[in-house]
Amino acid sequence: MTTPTAGQDIARTARPVLSLAHVGKRFPDGTDALARVSLSVAPGQFVSVVGPSGCGKSTLLRIAAGLEHPTDGSVAIPTDHIGYVFQDPTLLPWRSVQANVELVGELRGLPKEERRRRADNAIKLVGLDGFAQHRPRTLSGGMRMRVSLARSLTLQPELFLLDEPFGTLDEITRERLNDELLELFLTQRFAALFVTHSVTEAVYLSTQVVVLSARPGRVLDRFEVPFDYPRPPELRFESAFTSVAARVSTCLRGASS
Amino acid sequence: MSAAAWRRQRAWWGWRWGAPAVVAALAIGMWYLVSYRLLTEDTRFLVPPPDAVLRVGFLDPLNRAELLDGLLLSARVAMLGLALAAVIGICLAIVMSQARWLERSVFPYLVLLQATPILAVVPLYGFWFGYGFNTRVLVCFLIALFPIVANTLFGLRSVDQDHHDLFTLHGANRQTRLWKLQLPSALPSIFTGLRISAGLAVIGAIVGDFFFRQGEVGMGVLIDYYRSRLQSEQLFAAVILSALFGLAVFLLFGALARKVVGGWHESGRDITAS
Repeated sequence: MTTPTAGQDIARTARPVLSLAHVGKRFPDGTDALARVSLSVAPGQFVSVVGPSGCGKSTLLRIAAGLEHPTDGSVAIPTDHIGYVFQDPTLLPWRSVQANVELVGELRGLPKEERRRRADNAIKLVGLDGFAQHRPRTLSGGMRMRVSLARSLTLQPELFLLDEPFGTLDEITRERLNDELLELFLTQRFAALFVTHSVTEAVYLSTQVVVLSARPGRVLDRFEVPFDYPRPPELRFESAFTSVAARVSTCLRGASS
Repeated sequence: MSAAAWRRQRAWWGWRWGAPAVVAALAIGMWYLVSYRLLTEDTRFLVPPPDAVLRVGFLDPLNRAELLDGLLLSARVAMLGLALAAVIGICLAIVMSQARWLERSVFPYLVLLQATPILAVVPLYGFWFGYGFNTRVLVCFLIALFPIVANTLFGLRSVDQDHHDLFTLHGANRQTRLWKLQLPSALPSIFTGLRISAGLAVIGAIVGDFFFRQGEVGMGVLIDYYRSRLQSEQLFAAVILSALFGLAVFLLFGALARKVVGGWHESGRDITAS
């Protein structure tokens, strides 16, 4: 399967919504988190970042979101429609699902009507209709993560940053959410930068997988993933898939040692 | 409800109310035993039997009126002091949470205030401000202030970094962050502080009263008065009533916490049930 995929077609024509050029980050205590990392993500591209623990993946994402500033290099984010999904769903426990999903619009000063409309829409998109009035504590881990996704979707994000969002979920829930995320990716047409520990997850979701080295994180290698969307769940067991995953894995093992 | 579920429910109620009732019956039995077996007629005034306490302390209309008036005064003092401590304490904590330098400059003095045995300073306040209603409220306020400030501040400060990031990401300003994130997150801690302070305010109102022999008669004055005249039935009644009042305040704040944060936070669950 070497024909260009739908995703890459869009990517070729669209301008990147995130470009990092030679980004380095040194914390005030002297630890080097990142060194000369360059990458760009355009709408229709799904880029995953894998790397050993503590290699600065999360820092990279925080820089991309503007939560941290790089000490070296430059960052261009020509949009403020940025969705950010944390490792933890970060829901406000005193708010209902509906009110949690409306939060981002509320903070951005959207009018009430519009906020409500977008929230209803987003809740439907993640398949939580009927749970709008529930409190987060009554939901399962997977459902909470869906609420978190819905909250970011209300922004109609052009850039979606995800920091190991499914890391704490069981495998079945995780695979289901992978498929749901891909469906959102195909219908909402955002650019995604996804941090994960799982090579399988990275390859399954992405148009490109970036492998970072141990701290300070540098880009060791990039792997284009040549499979068309929508991707069937069985793709994970096909030999073409496993051979890409094996190459990423090998590179990652080299990074950790 | 199925028969089995109903039986379980009944068994649960049995445990919930039956077990404490057995303890109460045992305690009252012990009480009678001490009054009638351990003490002679001459010394019985030290522990008058329960029925005498009930008859003289609670059922005699004059004595009851005296007790209830005292309780009412002490309750008003405690609740007003607590209310002031809540309003001022929460405001103070909010101000301190806005800047480290403010916290650093104010907090040591709050600790000092807390470390000073307030009751030991009561005579001084009486000396300055007189022994009226306002001074009694001031004592309760001072005794109740610190737990509210400390717990509120703790609550405001312990919001997750991720939640702060979320608010930063979407351009929230200070007020928005305070109203939509920090204060709601702090509610369970605020209620913890209120519950501690409510107990302290009751103590402040009753014990502080010992120092206020002049002016209106509160619970503490009554207790001291009954003691000095060996009116032990009324003394017992006054102590029991004070305890019941403390319990009522505790349950009230438990119920309030349950109502406000029970839907989303563990601390708001039924604390008396477990």
